[in-house]
Amino acid sequence: MALLLKGGRVVDPAVGLDRVCDIVIDGDRIAEIGDDLTLAKGTTIECAEKIVMPGLVDVHVHLREPGYEYKEDIASGTRAAAHGGFTAVACMPNTNPVCDEGSAVRFIVERAAERGKVRVHPIGALTVGLKGQALAEMGDMLAAGAVAFSDDGEGVQNTGMMRLIMDYAKQFDAVVVAHSEDEALVGKGVVNEGVVSTRLGMAGWPAAAEDIMIMRDIRLAELTGCRLHVAHISTAGSVELVRQAKAKGLRVTAEVTPHHLFLDEEAVTNAYDTNVKMNPPLRSAADREALVEGLLDGTIDCIATDHAPHAPHEKALEFELAPFGSTGLETALPLVITNLIATNRAAWADVARWMAINPRAALKLPEVRLEVGGVADLTVIDPEAKVDVTAEFFQSKSANSAFLRATLLGKATEVFVGGRIALRNGKVVD
Amino acid sequence: MLSNRHIIEMSDLTPDDIMLILDTAESFKEVNERRIKKLPTLRGRTVVNLFLEPSTRTRTSFELAAKRLSADGINFSASTSATVKGESLVDTAETLSAMACDLVIIRHKYAGAPRMLADHMDAHIINGGDGMHQHPTQALLDLFTMREKLGRLEGLTVGIVGDISHSRVAGSLIPALRMVGARPIVVAPPTLLPARPDVLGAEVATSLDDVLPELDVAYMLRIQMERAEGMPFPSVREYANLFGMNSARLAKMPPHAIVMHPGPMNRGVEISSHVADSPRSVVLDQVNAGVAVRMAAMYLLLGGDASGTAA
Repeated sequence: MALLLKGGRVVDPAVGLDRVCDIVIDGDRIAEIGDDLTLAKGTTIECAEKIVMPGLVDVHVHLREPGYEYKEDIASGTRAAAHGGFTAVACMPNTNPVCDEGSAVRFIVERAAERGKVRVHPIGALTVGLKGQALAEMGDMLAAGAVAFSDDGEGVQNTGMMRLIMDYAKQFDAVVVAHSEDEALVGKGVVNEGVVSTRLGMAGWPAAAEDIMIMRDIRLAELTGCRLHVAHISTAGSVELVRQAKAKGLRVTAEVTPHHLFLDEEAVTNAYDTNVKMNPPLRSAADREALVEGLLDGTIDCIATDHAPHAPHEKALEFELAPFGSTGLETALPLVITNLIATNRAAWADVARWMAINPRAALKLPEVRLEVGGVADLTVIDPEAKVDVTAEFFQSKSANSAFLRATLLGKATEVFVGGRIALRNGKVVD
Repeated sequence: MLSNRHIIEMSDLTPDDIMLILDTAESFKEVNERRIKKLPTLRGRTVVNLFLEPSTRTRTSFELAAKRLSADGINFSASTSATVKGESLVDTAETLSAMACDLVIIRHKYAGAPRMLADHMDAHIINGGDGMHQHPTQALLDLFTMREKLGRLEGLTVGIVGDISHSRVAGSLIPALRMVGARPIVVAPPTLLPARPDVLGAEVATSLDDVLPELDVAYMLRIQMERAEGMPFPSVREYANLFGMNSARLAKMPPHAIVMHPGPMNRGVEISSHVADSPRSVVLDQVNAGVAVRMAAMYLLLGGDASGTAA
């Protein structure tokens, strides 16, 4: 059945498009783009006053299946993704069992085909069991559908091991996604080292613990020629390191989370709210501003949520005992619109770059271009919609959001995945 | 009546609240010197000592305070609690709340636990020490002792010496001193300082010998080796040489200056026996003040109830 997206502002800097026009989708492809298009037979979706862009992709989510289905599963996580405006996600391997072999990747691919609302791209482990000791079977995982590799949640501590990983990954031109955390420096740290760790009496996590590992991995990327993607960058120092690496022409990309862009350590108060306990932790206001600058000047390639669902009983613990992480899939786009578009700090073309084009390039995912013959993965955004972030708002199984109780501006109303409607009028289509 | 329902951190109190507690404690101290050390003030009120981390001194002090005010005291300690069976603090809080307790004193290994309790039950909460965060009644009894021995609080210079970064005592004492117009200076090797002592309101010194002539109070903290990740100083000997209070250092302080310690003391480490047992040490006066100050805190929290049954 054909679909006509009528009168939206169509934004895709990859094809030089930013104007009001119509799009016809036929099957899984874009059939026509132009003015005053009509459909003989099919559904017309009114897009006046809305933004139409290539489908958003989140390259850093935790879908928790297998093993932690009480937090999230592939069905609920991809519902949350569609609700947030995403047409695809890349999921991290820290499941139980760990996704560190071909069969585990195949399970995710098959389960996603069966129950997923959006595309799911598995990220395989770098090392067996995320233990940082022995190479995982990257070749087998690639053959099964893995798109990149990461020990996310655990940094690879041993420099020699990281070199081995990068040397090995290079033969596939595979992307190594680095979780940058020097455990000896972090110790028992649970919040940024500085004002908040002192005020609240909790062990601090210095910014240097991230900078040092990113510096190391950039040097190793230079040594080995391997592609490096820096996950959830959180410090001013790290932004500068990535800036320098790019200036040198190294194949280094970086992502930043909405919570590191739009919250700082002052959000961690004597209420000890565990929803603002993150890895890496919320940093200083100066770090936060450096992240925004880095995003605006292109040093940071993309926004990724690090969507980390946890059950209520896990987060309702003493701050030092609660697990790290916030959900993110359903608040990312509203946060970007509220903080960067509504404030005129960025343009819609930037949003398309940060959330659709660059993340695909960083993980070498197939391009999605708004042109005739292109895959019909699209996101339609209502920039004026009001979003009240409450527990009921979420499609995710978990509501551990750092932005609970916020009121945000703008959200996705339609999501098309290969021409199939996953979100319509802001509701997930069953 | 205090301005807050709970005493969880020093910022729950105003300077006037602090003075009210200290003044009230004066009269309770007098009671503690009588032969019959008991008042009917909190008869019928239930006070729970929820000690989820080992403690003898603080628990005993609170227990005595509750008994001397005729409250019904219940001990709920780590070894007997459901917590060791894996019950969450929230469930413990809700359970105690269902039992209609009036006041809970909590000691806990992790920062913020008293706040969680306050969020999940109706009782008043007194923080008996939470992780590396705060221990407000210790700060109050320290202020009481300083005022008693030196006649004033405003303008005092207090050197707090030792493991500042892991110390909930320092976490409360530093802001408490600022609130009453005193001047806290923390003295420690950089390895035992928090990232931003200025945030708490303290000046920083790394040489104890340099600051001694300025001090009205030398407040020696217990070195808590069990908390540190790897030794933050090369040896006990070197620590004692650089930061320990001994007779030679005592002689460098002004003649009126006193030495304090929250206990339990590591004799020969942060304080020499000679100093600990000297008339300049007010360690036992602190312990004595502890009961009166805790009586005052309980009385003022519960006496402020609309029911009026306490007073």
